Order: sequence, then structure tokens, then C-alpha cells
Amino acid sequence: MSTSTETNPAGAQPTAAAPARRVRRLSGRDKWVLGLMVGLPTMIQLALVWIPTLLSAALSFTRWNGLSLDDIKPAGLSNYDFIAANYPPFWPAVQHNVLWLLFLAVVATPLGLLLAILLDQNIRGSRIYQSVFFTPVMLSLALIGVIWQLFYNRDSGLLNFLLGTAGTPHAVDWFGDSGVNIWAALVAATWRHAGYVMILYLAGLKGVDPTLREAAQIDGASAVQTFFRVIFPAMRPVNVIIIVITVIESLRAFDIVYVINRGTNGLELISALVIQNLVGEGQVIGVGSALAVILLVISLVPITFYLSRAFGKDKEA
Amino acid sequence: MSILQPTDAAAGHSADGRRSRPVPGRPARKRGKRHYGIHIFLTVLAVMWLIPLAWTVFTALRPKADTDKYGYFSLGGSFNFDNFIQAWTQGGFAQYAWNSALITIPSVLLVLFFASMMAFAVSRVSWKFNVTLLIMFTAGNLLPPQVLAAPLFEMFKLLQLPYSISDSGSLLNTYISVIAVDTAFQIGFVTFVLSNYMKALSSELTEAALVDGAGVWRQYWDIILPLCRPALAAMGTLEVIFIYNDFFWPLLFLQSGDRLPLTTAVNNLQGQFLSNYNLIAAGAMITAIPALVIYLALQRHFVAGLTLGSSKG
Repeated sequence: MSTSTETNPAGAQPTAAAPARRVRRLSGRDKWVLGLMVGLPTMIQLALVWIPTLLSAALSFTRWNGLSLDDIKPAGLSNYDFIAANYPPFWPAVQHNVLWLLFLAVVATPLGLLLAILLDQNIRGSRIYQSVFFTPVMLSLALIGVIWQLFYNRDSGLLNFLLGTAGTPHAVDWFGDSGVNIWAALVAATWRHAGYVMILYLAGLKGVDPTLREAAQIDGASAVQTFFRVIFPAMRPVNVIIIVITVIESLRAFDIVYVINRGTNGLELISALVIQNLVGEGQVIGVGSALAVILLVISLVPITFYLSRAFGKDKEA
Repeated sequence: MSILQPTDAAAGHSADGRRSRPVPGRPARKRGKRHYGIHIFLTVLAVMWLIPLAWTVFTALRPKADTDKYGYFSLGGSFNFDNFIQAWTQGGFAQYAWNSALITIPSVLLVLFFASMMAFAVSRVSWKFNVTLLIMFTAGNLLPPQVLAAPLFEMFKLLQLPYSISDSGSLLNTYISVIAVDTAFQIGFVTFVLSNYMKALSSELTEAALVDGAGVWRQYWDIILPLCRPALAAMGTLEVIFIYNDFFWPLLFLQSGDRLPLTTAVNNLQGQFLSNYNLIAAGAMITAIPALVIYLALQRHFVAGLTLGSSKG
């Protein structure tokens, strides 16, 4: 690593207006200290995040039962061929991931935004409402799966009692029936996601300059117009985060379906298929890794989008 | 006074914003009619929001014998904490809770330590690859964990350890494996947030120290870190919840059921307690309690942490 005398704030392109931050040349000992301060976290990050990611990509082109390293055989693209053509759960899993994204984007996220708008209006008891809606955000999705299982159970769950079908042949096993369980799981996921979105938008709304709202109202804009034309665009940084969170959460969805039924029978997701191929009998590391790479490639879209927003700004400033 | 700047940026979003709001009084009354509808909507929604949790608590408080007799959807019978006691003592939840602490506390401390060092180096000192590294760290945190599951599992399996340290002969089935990966995975996010926070601190702070001949470590430990206390508190609270709630890594690395933390142990509730839903509900509530207690006690820090993470981008 090279230490330099001119220190612009973190990689910013040199601009004339930027206040010159000058640090004197670092002593030899300081360089060592800095080297350790950067080196240790970087090594951890490389060894446990990025090298495994690259190894996943490498393993996806091999055939391996996970036993001895000598058993690793090159397989070209055959794992990918197998997944696309001969692996029945794959396409349902892709559909479910897309459905997950659409449901979060169309139902859960707008619901969170609506809650934030309503709670931002200085209404009485706002804090209590906030706490209620935010409580599920504190819980893991695995635990949420268990809690909703108790609610959805065919014979002992509250929902069927409320619907009056408990104990009758019409009773639905909400998490067990492959026709409805994805929707039941999405409702449970919304329970958490909406609160998360709400709290981020509440912070975003408080950050909007109040004079913007006043100016719009003086110009005769209605409340709805003011929000969509003025307030919402002014929250661009929060909107970016919300988009990224919504997309990434729908790709990372795993815990809840794994707790319900290991991600089978109507609840297939790409992330769950990865794990199904890695554990249990007949480990097929190559196929699992190929699925992992597919997941990785899709994830790179929101990640790149986020990074370009988060770090692209530095260059403009 | 520039020292105060980042503090505002940190707590400001949620806490200060709320504190400085006008007391609900006249302006709220003016639009009273509209608020009437909003209140009905919010109350209905809030009740719906609480139903799953309330049902879990309700079920957990009733003895199985009573629900068998009167049905789950009834008020008959007694209410007590027997299910909680049984889950805690016989169901292994005491052990699971201890395991959660053993994993969460070291992980959070390591995350804060490494991330603050890294954030200091990329934000307070300018050198060639600092932005590149920061991007790498931030991206790492956004990956789905399943992407790196297979290689990590195999790496840990192949890493031979003496049996005196690990009874599996490898890193598998040890707390170390979970702590290491949790730490690595969370460092990225915390580094990103802390580096933004440190960037906002005036450069004069460390320049003055430099003039006094203070080394890099002293600038970091004695000057920058104390100023980052609000951000560290927020990140610490957030990370306790994140790591406590982590389901996946213990599931992957820990094979012995008695080493699982609470969050991952809920996966076995159904098999363990068969269809004793009262006991399952008690187990679920025990798992929820630490997170809810932290939320109630440190709500401000938690929300500040969440919004700090999103204040830039």
C-alpha cells in the first residue's frame, strides 16, 4: 500500500474547491500500524467471503461428492445444463423468487411507505403505532416462520378458527398446501418487511426540507401531488436503499421457507435449492455451486446498482 | 464545533428529528377530521399486526392438558409459565440461550474492532486502494450467504485441528467457525457506515494530533474512536440483533443439536416437541424475548443504526 502526502477525502477526484487535507508523511512505524489495521480485516474478508465466492464459481464447473479433494472432476458446463433441463425444482424456484420480489415490491414496500406517511403526520400515539409495526423487524425470519406456523396450523391455528373452518374438511393447511403456502409465507415476510421499510421512510421523510412542502402547497398542489412530485423524489437516497433492500431480501429469502419445510413442495427458492444439494445424502457440490453462481450473478445486479449510487456520488462531489 | 457535525448526522435522523417536532397540539387539531380515519386504519392494522405474536403468547401460557380439553380456540383452563419452564429446563433452551451469547458477544466485539480499524484507515488516510477496498467490503455484506456456503463448509472440514481443541477434528461443529464467518460477513456493512461517519469528522482533529507527534494508533484509539461513540453504540446494537438473529451459519456449521443458538434451534422445535404447540409457542417466545428486550432498551440506537446505514447512497 502506498501512503501519499496529498489526502483527498477518500478517493474523490481532486477538485479545486475541496479543502486541502494535508497529512505529513507517515513514519515507518505508522505505516506498519496502518498496514495491520487494513491488512487484518482485509484478510478476513478475502479468506471468508471473496475467496469462497470464487471457489463456488470454480466448483460449479466440476463434479464432486464432497468427500476427498482427489474426487473433484472437471465437468464443463454440464451442471448448468442439468439445472436448466433436468432439474425439476429449478424453474419453480426461479418463479417463486420472482414472485417474492414482486410481492415485496407491490405489497410490502408500498404498505411500509404508506405507514410512514401516515405516521409522519404528527398524529397522536404515533410512537405506539411505530413500535407495533416495527416489532417484527426485530425477529429473525426463522422465528417468524415458527410464529406464523402456529397461526396457520390446520387444526390448532388461529386463522382457521377465525375463518370457521377449523376441524372441518375445508380447513386449509396454509403452510402445507403447495397451492397456497407461498402466499402464506409472503404474508409472513410482509409482516416484517413493511415495518423495516416504514422506519427507513420515516427517517427519510424527516430529512426532507419542510420548505419544499410549503412551496408546493402555496403553488396549489394537492397533498397527493405534493407527495409524488416533490417529497418522494426528494427522498432519492432512501428510495435507492429501499429498492436494494427489497431486491436483495427477495434473493436472500431462505430462513422462513427452510423452517417451514426445507424449501420443498411449493416453497422452492434458489437459495434453498443450493443448500439441498450441499447437505444430506448424495451431496452434489457441483450442482449446488452452479445454483449458487446463478444466485450470485442475479445478486450482482442490485449490488452493482447500489455501489454505483453509494460510491459514484463521491466522484461528483 | 465541527466535532458535533457527525453526531447530528447519526442521531439526528431519528432521535433528534422526533424530539424537535412540535408537540401535537394545535396543528394536529386543525386536521382532526382526517386523522380520525387514519386512526381507525392504523388501529385495525396494528391489531392485525399483533395477532400472530399475541396468539403465540396466549398458546404458550396455557398448559397442554387444558388446550386438549377445551380446544386451542378457547379461554378455558389455567394460565401459567409451565411451558416456559419446561422448554427452558428440559427443552434445552437454557443451553441454546448460552450458545447464542457465546456466538453473539465475541462476534459483535470483533466486528466493531476490525470494522472501526478498517474504517479509520480508508476514511482518515488517503492511499491508493482505499475506495476499492471499501467497495469490496460493502459488496461482501450484500451477497446471499448461500453463495459461499459450499466452499466455506469444505474449507472448514478440511482444516485439521487437534481433537483437544475440536471434537470433530476440524473447524466444523465449533463456535469458532460461526463466529469467524459472522464476523467476516458483517465487517463490510459496519466498515461502510463507520467510514462515512469518520469522513464527516473534521480533518483538523487528527492534524492537530499529528503536530503533537501522535502516531496513527493514537489518532485512531484516543481521538477518532471516542468521537464515534454514538455510531459505535448504534452499530453495536444493530449487530447484536443481526448476529443473534442469524439462522444460516449455525445451521450450516454446527451439527450437534446442543450447540445451536436459539435462532437456529427453532428449526428443530417441531421435531423436538412433536405437536405440543404450547411448548413450541413457549420456545418461540423465549427466542423472541432477547431481541424484544434489546429493542425496548436500546430502541434509539437500533433505529439510529438502521438509518445510519441508509443515510448515504
